[in-house]
This record gives sequence, structure tokens and C-alpha cells, in this order.
Amino acid sequence: MTHIVKMKGMNKYFGKLHVLKDIDLSVEQGEVVVIIGASGSGKSTLIRCVNGLEEFESGHLEVDGQALAPKGGNQQALAEIRKEVGMVFQQFNLFPHLTVKKNIMLAPQKVKNTSQTVAKATAERLLERVGIGSQADKYPSHLSGGQQQRVAIARALAMEPRLMLFDEPTSALDPEMIGEVLDVMRELAKEGMTMMVVTHEMGFAREVADRVIYIHEGQIVEQGKPDDVFDNPENERTQAFLSRVLAH
Amino acid sequence: MDSQFQFDWQAAINSIPFLIKGIPYTLMISFGGLAIGFALGIIFGLLSINKQWFLKWPATAYIEIFRGTPILVQVLFIFYGLPDLIGGPIDPLTAGIAAIALNSGAYISEVVRGGVQSIDKGQAEAGLSLGLTRSQTFWSIIWPQAFRRMIPPLGNQAIVSIKDTSLFSVIGVGELVRQGQVYIASTFTAFEVYFVVAIMYLAITLSLSLILRLIERRGLVSV
Repeated sequence: MTHIVKMKGMNKYFGKLHVLKDIDLSVEQGEVVVIIGASGSGKSTLIRCVNGLEEFESGHLEVDGQALAPKGGNQQALAEIRKEVGMVFQQFNLFPHLTVKKNIMLAPQKVKNTSQTVAKATAERLLERVGIGSQADKYPSHLSGGQQQRVAIARALAMEPRLMLFDEPTSALDPEMIGEVLDVMRELAKEGMTMMVVTHEMGFAREVADRVIYIHEGQIVEQGKPDDVFDNPENERTQAFLSRVLAH
Repeated sequence: MDSQFQFDWQAAINSIPFLIKGIPYTLMISFGGLAIGFALGIIFGLLSINKQWFLKWPATAYIEIFRGTPILVQVLFIFYGLPDLIGGPIDPLTAGIAAIALNSGAYISEVVRGGVQSIDKGQAEAGLSLGLTRSQTFWSIIWPQAFRRMIPPLGNQAIVSIKDTSLFSVIGVGELVRQGQVYIASTFTAFEVYFVVAIMYLAITLSLSLILRLIERRGLVSV
């Protein structure tokens, strides 16, 4: 069993606020882990630690065999990790000054010195794969939210990551566009991509996740197979949270 | 006290060939100074947003000093004061260019700082998460977007600096205003000559505005 992410006793503070408390969490190669919890529970912060967008204060974090040190130490490892870990953001964060195709070509060319021809071919192939091959030469602002988020997924995939982080990828989307993004993510999961997904889409979690993790006030209070967590939550906080989000 | 004054068109037209000799100096000081000022603005603007205090503080001091004192005092200091220190005269043209460079550099630093800080934090996070280094993220993602937002305030600064060069008549650079003063000394046609001088400044600044508007329209993708 190969673990691509290993967290042990990890703690994170924002000033005096203790946002992640003694997190122990390992993710296996090929596993899809969905992290749920109320806003402010620390779930986004948790996955942002994995690629060093947030520093942690104490504990152990290892990603793809590279150990990250607390307080942003070990920049070398961080650089390696970021090449192997893709991320998709709530607000897409596409580069507005570059065309869709150039958005996808940028990182392979800059980071891996991929030739322009190869980078272009990869971009076109990935855009086909996420269903927007015809939009390659447009600027992001000319695309719908759902299309933009699919470009963002393609952009991350262009680096051929071993792990994909999704930070509430559908929360900024109009309801009718959520499905198209979840479809792409579903496909990725099927193809065996290792994924850590923070989301409020409980249907997606139940269907796609290998494991669901519920975080409450910076602590993992429950985890397990989706059916177990959703149908028979053991912890009363999980029960309360699920009854709130599943009620409507 | 009824005024017998009549605008003398002939005097105005006659002054043009003499006044026009000042334009190359006005442009040289303006654009020479602005070019250096732009370089200073990038350097000190970026230093001023650095987290390291020993980089940030000198940059902030520079910006505050040159923004907080009159450019006339700055050029007098450079032209009359500095020679005492360096033990030799500074020619007026050099002093003028230096004054515009240092002064516009301070304002452009603020333009650069504002432009860079206006770019959403998510842009840098996206770049870093793709494996780009900090400097790759800055120069290929942040800077191009920030620069576009900087074009209007940079244009504004260029116009301000062009007009500021008129003050340098006091150190004897043969720019537009100085030429006007010299001409008036022998013809006593102040009204007509300063009118022509004003028109010439307007011609320069309006042309620049027009060019900037074209650049903005051409170069701006909706960001």
C-alpha cells in the first residue's frame, strides 16, 4: 500500500486560532478522499497544506515521498511536490491575460521545459477531454463558469500530476453548470487519479468517494466509506451536520 | 483703466521658430527622465512590497522623500547643492533629467506597487500550485496583468513630468519656458509668447494622451 499523502499530528494556527488540530491522515495512491464539513472547519486549509499554500506549525507532512518541514521549511521538497500535485480552486484562478490554450501550456513550458509543439498538442488533447476543444483560442473571460473550471482542471492535468486537490470546485458555479464539472471529476476518478476533494456536493461524495472525512473545528471527527458516513454516522456532530446539509 | 491691449498675431507667429528650439530639450528631459524614472519605479515599487524590512524601508524612504518635497527644490538641490559635494559642476540638462527621474521614479514606484497589489492573490496561488517558481509566477502571471492596469496612471505621470520640466527654466536649461523668457526679454510680447508656449505644451500632452488611448484600446483584454 503506497501512501501519497501522510499527515501525522499536524497542527496549524492562524495567529491564535488553532485551525487544524493533530491531523492524522493518509491518502493511498488511486484513492478518492472527499472532505466535508461546515465553512470555517478547516477543510480547505487542510488540502492547502498539502501543496504548501498554507504552512503548518507542527507535526509531520509527507507528500509523494517528500517531507515538508513546519513553517515553510524545506523549500526544495515543496518545489518537487508542486510539480506532482495539481490544484483546482473555487474561483478558477485562470490567467485572464492568456488564451485558454496558453493557460494550459504555461506550466509545462516553464517548469518542465516542454517544447511549444508538445505543450500545444497536450493542451488541445486535454481541452478535448474536458469537452471544450473549440474554445482553445478564447480568453477565459469569454467562457462560462463551468467551462472556466474545466479549463482549470485541464491546466492542472497538463503537469501530469500524481495527486489532484480540489478546493470547493463547484461552489462558485451557477447550479446548471455544476454537473459538467462534476462529470469531468467523475471521469478522472474512474481513470484512477488520486484526488482530495473539498466539497459541499454530498451526492458526488457518496457516489465517487472511496472515503469521506468529516472535519469539525479543525479535527477529523469521523471518516469511512461514504455509505457508512452518510447512512450511519457515529459521531453526533457528523449526524447534526449531515441532517443540516441533507435536509434540503 | 481701459485696456488698449490687442493680441498681436504677428508677434506670436514670429516667436515660433525661436520657441520651437526649446522643444527638443523639453522632450529630452521629460522622456529621458521618465525612462530612468520607470526603471527606478519598478525597482523601488517592488522593493516597497517586499517583506524584508531592510529592502522595504529604504524604498519607502526614497518614495516618501521625493514625493514629499517640491520638484523645484529637488532640482535646485541637484544643480546648486550637489556640486559642493561632488566637487564639480553639473550641467543643467543632466540636473533636469536627474530631477525628473528621481521625482517620477517615486510616483511610479507607487503606481507599480498599486498595480501589483491589485492582482488577486489567487493568481499567484495558481502559478505556484502549477510548480512555477516565485519569480516565474511574478514575471509571467502577475506582472503582465499589473502592467496593463498601470498604463493609465503611467500616462498620467508622463504628462505631469512633461509639465514639471517647465520649472527647470530656473537652472537655465533651454527648454520651452526658458526660450520664452529669453525671447520676451528682447520683444516684450509676454502675452503672445506665453500663449504660444502653452499651446506647445498642450500639443505635446494631447499627442501623448492620444497615443496612450490607442495603446489602452489595443492592448487591453478585459481583465
